[in-house]
Amino acid sequence: MNWKQLAANYRSNKLLYWMILPVICFVILFSYVPMFGLTMAFQDYSLVKGIFGSKWIGLENFQDFFTSMYFGRTLRNTLVLSFFDLLFSFPAPIILALMLNEVRRLRYKKLIQTISYMPHFISMIVVAGLIMEFTNSSGVIGSIVSAMGGTPKSYISLPQYFRPIFIVSEIWQHVGFNSIIYLAALSGISEDLYEAARIDGAGRFRQMLNVTLPGLTPTIIIMFILRCGAIMNLNFEKVLLLYSPSTYETADIISTYVYRIGIIKQKIGYSTAVGLFNSVVSFALVLTANKISKTYTEVSMF
Amino acid sequence: MKVKESMGRKVFLVSNALILGLVGFLCLAPMLHVIASSISDPITLARERGFHLWPIAPFSFEGYKAVLGYQNILTGYGNTVFYVAAGIVFNLFLTTIAAYVLSRKRFMPGNVIMLFIAFTMLFNGGLIPNYLLIVRMGLVDNRLAVILPSAFNAFNLVIMRTSMKEIPEALEESARLDGANDLQILWHIIIPVSQATMAVITLFVAVSIWNSWFTASIYLTDRAKWPLQLFLREVLINNSQRSLNAGVKASAMTLQTLVKYCVIVVATLPILFIYPFLQKYFVKGIMIGSIKG
Repeated sequence: MNWKQLAANYRSNKLLYWMILPVICFVILFSYVPMFGLTMAFQDYSLVKGIFGSKWIGLENFQDFFTSMYFGRTLRNTLVLSFFDLLFSFPAPIILALMLNEVRRLRYKKLIQTISYMPHFISMIVVAGLIMEFTNSSGVIGSIVSAMGGTPKSYISLPQYFRPIFIVSEIWQHVGFNSIIYLAALSGISEDLYEAARIDGAGRFRQMLNVTLPGLTPTIIIMFILRCGAIMNLNFEKVLLLYSPSTYETADIISTYVYRIGIIKQKIGYSTAVGLFNSVVSFALVLTANKISKTYTEVSMF
Repeated sequence: MKVKESMGRKVFLVSNALILGLVGFLCLAPMLHVIASSISDPITLARERGFHLWPIAPFSFEGYKAVLGYQNILTGYGNTVFYVAAGIVFNLFLTTIAAYVLSRKRFMPGNVIMLFIAFTMLFNGGLIPNYLLIVRMGLVDNRLAVILPSAFNAFNLVIMRTSMKEIPEALEESARLDGANDLQILWHIIIPVSQATMAVITLFVAVSIWNSWFTASIYLTDRAKWPLQLFLREVLINNSQRSLNAGVKASAMTLQTLVKYCVIVVATLPILFIYPFLQKYFVKGIMIGSIKG
């Protein structure tokens, strides 16, 4: 594409160019201007002096973060929480989809599907409120524990229970909704393949192993790549609603730290640096996962 | 072809159905608890707590009556409806126009611009630079601070562009021969056949704005502009009764536990009623979004 062709293209499609202009301006203002704002990470940013007047301090903000006690704690919490989330929340919708796929009564299948989507539509605030109610000492979990002879505690304010509570509620919220994509992939597997497997004498289990799973693999890989990119972007809003100073030890992740230090304490330059660290690691993770997948399985996003 | 099923197969099918039934029950149970509690006897409810799948007799609708009397809840409801409506208008407008232009083969820079926009899905400035942008624009405590950041989203563009690409070009060609310009083609030809996709986007936008609270929590200190979710946060998370106290007599204090549940129901039910009917649309949307995304 050269400029002459572009000019000619503009002359014959003027209206299209003018129509897309507001959208481009919008994207520049709300996506690219903040990207430019990332330069604050390298400044001793002052709200009064602004981005053009503040002093450049190189990597000092990053050094401060890497040497502070928060670096180890927030990075560890982010990675550990994400790892367990990946371990349990990622396979759950695949298993649910496989189980739903075996149901012969279509109305029953449809009913369970619809019900299982429901938690996805409940707001984070309500979900967090319910979690707090169920896990306090007089809540459901507390009553079960006291029925079994134990002493109920306020689980959400104890650091050792934060991760299990987070993961279990995460599965509850998204298992149904996330199974949609796998169900769609399952319905795309040709019936002929199953027929052929049956003729070859494969039982139901062999059919699942040799027909269903291979048919599902590309979808699983794509979802896995996407999920890897989200390792650093855990459900930040949920952590923010559920954690408290008494659980920071296990619950404070990088993004909640950025929120506290940036929005509450207004240390703009420093918090931008911490946020940038998070985004760069996250971006690198997507690219790596995509690259690995491309090399070994020939499935990739880009 | 009817195959006689073995005993093992039958056992599998039954236990599979039972486990799925249990999964369904677990998904539903917390909401059942909320609904049952919301019409329970307020005094017993406040004393007992625990878990209820069935309301504690005598049934009481006092909670719902009280909710209608809380000015804050009504304000929040009104604001949320406004934010959702504004969000839908902005999103549909920007997404439809962008998708139309970017799905035209004769628009030369289409792919470059698409990449430029899609890149924002992979990498963005993050919380603090976005926050500072809104602060610098002077939008703190302005409703636009809530509306603008969610007025357009690249994911929706991908969905809409993909579906518009599938519309046969012949449809457009004949209109162009008749002298129609792009706005006319978009309005009279493309939009009428894109209604299903527009419904998907409307649903996605409506749900996400209805449930959003974080943006409002960092930009809005003026309670008159708060969306419903922020008042809910006060009641459910901060355990502050401030949202409920204004204008309520001390005699209503016993109602507070009950009212919590009623507020959840009132805030959640509209969406829970709508989504089952729109299911087939969003399933389609997710498919397009994730395959082409």
